[in-house]
Amino acid sequence: MHFKILAATALASLVGLSAPAFADTQLNALFMSQAAYSEADVKAMTADFEKANPGVKVNVEFVPYEALHDKIVAAAGAGDRGYDVILYDVIWPAEFVKKGFLKDVTDKVPAADHDKIFDGAWTTVTYDSKVYGMPWILDTKYLYYNKDILAKAGISAPPKTWAELESQAEQIKAKGLVKYPIVWSWQQAEALICDFTTLTSAYGGSFLKDGKPAFQTGGAVEAVKYMRETLDKGVTNPSSREYLEEDVRKVFSNGEAAFALNWTYMYALANDPKQSKVAGQVGIEPAPGVDGISKASAVNGSMGLGIASNSAHPDEAWKYVTFLSSKDVQDKYAKLSLPIWKASYTEPAVTQGQEYLVKAADVSLGLMFLRPAVPYYTELSNILQKNIHAALLGEDTPQAALDAAAARAARLR
Amino acid sequence: MESWRPRSEKWLLLAPALLILSAITLWPLAQTLWLSFTDAEITAVKQPIHWIGFDNYVYALTDPDFQDALSRTLYFTIVSVGLETVIGVAVALLLNLEFKGRTFARMLIVLPWALPNIVNAMMWRLIYHPEYGALNALLVQTGILSDYRSWLGEPGLALHMVIFADVWKNFPLIAFVALAALQTIPRELFEAARVEGAGAWHQFKAIVLSAIIGPVLVIVILRTVEAFRVFDIIYVMTRGGPADSTKTASFFVYQEYFSYLRAGSGASYAAIVAAISAVLIAIYLGAVRRQAKAAA
Repeated sequence: MHFKILAATALASLVGLSAPAFADTQLNALFMSQAAYSEADVKAMTADFEKANPGVKVNVEFVPYEALHDKIVAAAGAGDRGYDVILYDVIWPAEFVKKGFLKDVTDKVPAADHDKIFDGAWTTVTYDSKVYGMPWILDTKYLYYNKDILAKAGISAPPKTWAELESQAEQIKAKGLVKYPIVWSWQQAEALICDFTTLTSAYGGSFLKDGKPAFQTGGAVEAVKYMRETLDKGVTNPSSREYLEEDVRKVFSNGEAAFALNWTYMYALANDPKQSKVAGQVGIEPAPGVDGISKASAVNGSMGLGIASNSAHPDEAWKYVTFLSSKDVQDKYAKLSLPIWKASYTEPAVTQGQEYLVKAADVSLGLMFLRPAVPYYTELSNILQKNIHAALLGEDTPQAALDAAAARAARLR
Repeated sequence: MESWRPRSEKWLLLAPALLILSAITLWPLAQTLWLSFTDAEITAVKQPIHWIGFDNYVYALTDPDFQDALSRTLYFTIVSVGLETVIGVAVALLLNLEFKGRTFARMLIVLPWALPNIVNAMMWRLIYHPEYGALNALLVQTGILSDYRSWLGEPGLALHMVIFADVWKNFPLIAFVALAALQTIPRELFEAARVEGAGAWHQFKAIVLSAIIGPVLVIVILRTVEAFRVFDIIYVMTRGGPADSTKTASFFVYQEYFSYLRAGSGASYAAIVAAISAVLIAIYLGAVRRQAKAAA
């Protein structure tokens, strides 16, 4: 019985192993299917790479962001038939490096590149001062607003502080221009933590202090209080509590919201008349700040491309990674995701038609607040998601919810 | 019955079947059980695995979130399977009546069951969508609701909306099994009962119920075990939210294993879920046996 299975597996792996000798090198790459670069863009970049590198074929696969982490982990546990190139979030390097999922490429990165790329982008792929890939998506959340609605409400300038955002939203609601002026991605998911982080940074809060939870005091509590207050006042769309980024985009593009917090990619899509009723009326600003504490706020939502440590073709994989993150490629596809290269921001190809986005990015990219780089981040985040959600649903006060999260986080091992 | 072969020969004949059975069922089970007593983690590099006794179980059973998840799963199972059984049997009784278009109705009823779980979950997610969903549109346009609701965004509501989607998909199975059993009842039986002066309720109990209870119980067992390890519909519709109100035990196992990479601990959660399933099966099997005895 066992022998037969072994023989069959051996045969299968022989067939599999002998294939590259006859055919081209095959790379498997894993991407995500929402926000930042579109599937079509990634496929087009990949086609260009294949043209420039005959003999290398790349199979690209897309999964929703929510499934990305677990897909990477499952493939890493499965041995060397998994992915060669993986897209990973800024919150995962600590965990992935500790578990040995990513290849150390510190020596492969040209020293000259270090100063040409934004620091915030480098933190995405760096852990313990070693580099585990190339930054690819440089992203943060921006405040989007509907110019028409603001004009109709008699508001002359978009809000600079969160308090101002709230009062403008109240004004818009009072005039009956939209039922719920603000829409967010507050489903019990990482998207909620990104909005929470943006607010926390505005209020000067923090996640951890000396490795211990610090979110139950100060700015983080203010952040959740603010979220709850906008719900209580009816200026936040209550369905935000089951929305992800794509829902936010659809509601905003449908003209049903005056304000929305979302990633870079929404700028081009909300301005696309084919899929948006508000094309041409979309304003973008850095996420607001808090009087006396901050001028603006931002979360580091960047992502990097790494090589799986069990890849059988690390050299070809690195070629692919450097191609995708090269300045030329990034400049060409800058509509949904802004380049990681500082020099790109003066290129007409990048700035043309998105002057306002680039202007907002100029402020936001320098402020990007990091979620804690700890190996147990996923679990910490899940604890926060659950408890913040409870506060947003009115089951708990913000203070009690964060206290409960801190107590639960103390059980982490 | 008298055995015509010596004892050892009987075992010899059984041996291949037992071997295959243990290879495909006992081995993975034993491995999971072994894993649940270790600190194994999912890593790309080989790491030493330590035997840590009952630590994982202690951690799991003292976790208030997991206790909540277990009772939530039990609630889901009881309500889901209960509703499926009642609706399923009622529909079977209706479909057993003579009426025009009966064949078409029978065909129609199989549709939900024929859908893959994931497709069913995605379909209901769309129907429940707070802004564009059909349910809000229907209820508001008919004046039943004055305002759109966030069906999967409210803790008390979300679990019941998921249960509804699950019942809709699974009641046809029970309906079909009950219908098949109903069709084995000869018409004359009812006439004979009537002649003897039995009332409607008595007829139903003596003839209908006794004919369908056996087959239906078997399906109920199957559905109970399935419902207790519910995962896919939760993953697609709510991912455990809002505020953990739909987080089931299987979702916990999944998170422990794939999100937190703790293979050993995940295995202990899985073992607990399996043990509870086994208890549920034992209860039902007892019921089936009693049923068989009563019928004999």
